[in-house]
Amino acid sequence: MPLSPVDPDAVDSSEREYVWTLNFGPQHPATHTTLRLVLTLDGERVLNAVPHIGYLHSGFEKLGEHLDFNQYVTIVDRMNYVSPLANEIAWHHAVEKLLNIELTPRCRYLRTILAELMRLHDHLLNVGTTALDLGGFTAFLYAFQQREKIYDIVETASGQRFHTSYTRVGGVLFDVNNEWVDKVRTFIQDLPRTHAEIHRLLTKNRIFVERTKGIGYLSREDAINFSATGPVARASGVARDLRKDEPYLAYADLDFDMVCSRGGDCYARYLVRMQEILESLKILKQAVENIPAGPVNIDVVSDIVLPAKPAVYRSIEGLIQHFEVLMPNRGYDVPLEQVYAATESPNGELGFYLAGNGETRAYRARTRPPSYIHFGMFPHMIRGHQLGDVVAVLGSINIIAAELDR
Amino acid sequence: MVELSVLQTRVASVLKESQFRDNRRIDVSSGDVFGLLGVLKQEFGFDMLIDITAVDCLEYPGAVDRFMVVYQLLNTESGERLTVRTWLNLPDPTLPSACSLWRGANWLEREVYDMFGIGFTDHPDLRRILMPEEFVEYPLRKDYPLKGRGERHNFPVITRSES
Repeated sequence: MPLSPVDPDAVDSSEREYVWTLNFGPQHPATHTTLRLVLTLDGERVLNAVPHIGYLHSGFEKLGEHLDFNQYVTIVDRMNYVSPLANEIAWHHAVEKLLNIELTPRCRYLRTILAELMRLHDHLLNVGTTALDLGGFTAFLYAFQQREKIYDIVETASGQRFHTSYTRVGGVLFDVNNEWVDKVRTFIQDLPRTHAEIHRLLTKNRIFVERTKGIGYLSREDAINFSATGPVARASGVARDLRKDEPYLAYADLDFDMVCSRGGDCYARYLVRMQEILESLKILKQAVENIPAGPVNIDVVSDIVLPAKPAVYRSIEGLIQHFEVLMPNRGYDVPLEQVYAATESPNGELGFYLAGNGETRAYRARTRPPSYIHFGMFPHMIRGHQLGDVVAVLGSINIIAAELDR
Repeated sequence: MVELSVLQTRVASVLKESQFRDNRRIDVSSGDVFGLLGVLKQEFGFDMLIDITAVDCLEYPGAVDRFMVVYQLLNTESGERLTVRTWLNLPDPTLPSACSLWRGANWLEREVYDMFGIGFTDHPDLRRILMPEEFVEYPLRKDYPLKGRGERHNFPVITRSES
């Protein structure tokens, strides 16, 4: 049964002298990154929580107004660093909507595979660290072993393990080869075993279940009212998944299910993430066997993508084309318009609101960060629970402070 | 899909509709935006507030007003999206808070206030959120430089001879 929230003002005055304040963070191992909570406690019962954020604020949106569409991808990477490629895909999804670019089929499939790998990346980390915060160390190690393989796959494609900066307007940096496809295939075969191990360790683990079941309850109405999206909303019974509702990339061609739960508590969010891992694997299996042949970038004539390096080095046309794209006063036309475009990132709806003013950089690059919006409802979710439940709830809504503060 | 003519009968203010790609937008004056949002939520099923953001139109080509505030709404039943835009000017850019309609508006409005200095009346907790509380400028305004004012000159400069 969900606990009813406690109004701190309603606490009886005789009890009030026991009410004390605890600073949680900004440096605390279970906050994962730098965020601070001021908790008002009655014994160990949380009466109120006031989040203080901004410790990692580095003005990403301001930087977005000074870097061009391709340069800004390096900054976007650093928002949700648990799933960097998902941010890049979301950013260029918005840019391509503004410029009205139709991607090549190969690029759509490639980005779909990378987006799903990032979903696995994020969910594995989330499941692992939630268990770690609640005292279970082993699941964390199993999850991180598999995450290392995803790093390896991403490195093979882009040359970078972490901040890949792999996508470009109209395509990606490099095309992938068969070796990469084989790596993904091997990974898809390996992961179910780890998933089953984590499942055996946690799903019916009495300590884990008792620390998560009924904790941090979020009803369907509240989830909608608080603008929750992604796994957090789906665990509360909001059947929304942008991959299904507004198919982008190659999701329309692929067969998978939306994962929902009516539980609304931390345990339900854990179950939704675990099941989404399996659904992502299903998507990966289909996508990796059906990567279309052909160019990965859109046509060079558009003046948007760089020509292939051999053409630049060996022909004057290629060299001119290269300069056409890179020269500050050349490039492509950007409409004088604003557009909002969103993708289903592992954490929820990651949207960008872009204002174009004719230049090849954004006039305004607003991020709709799911972490920020989920953290806003944290006080609502924790009220009435115990101090030890703070980490369980924090873990289950997957707060990434770099995305929170930007 | 919400027909503009149907919507127009429910709100007294002048509405303007436009479309870019798949974004359908309704422009409304800043005085009537709260009424429009209320009608959209209660009668047209836009139960989720996806985002509130602002754009400083100081250098935007063809812009008349200083700030544009943008609401992204979503109907979770039908999946329909709608963008509501409104314009504001200095010296007192203020809008009514949407917190009474959507509790998710709380932090979104705080961020707009923090970054652009746009006030929201009847907001339960309008404080700076990302910048420190003693910070005086609004960083995402276009007349605020990429680096400088309010930051650098506050730090003591140690020259080579003094060190």
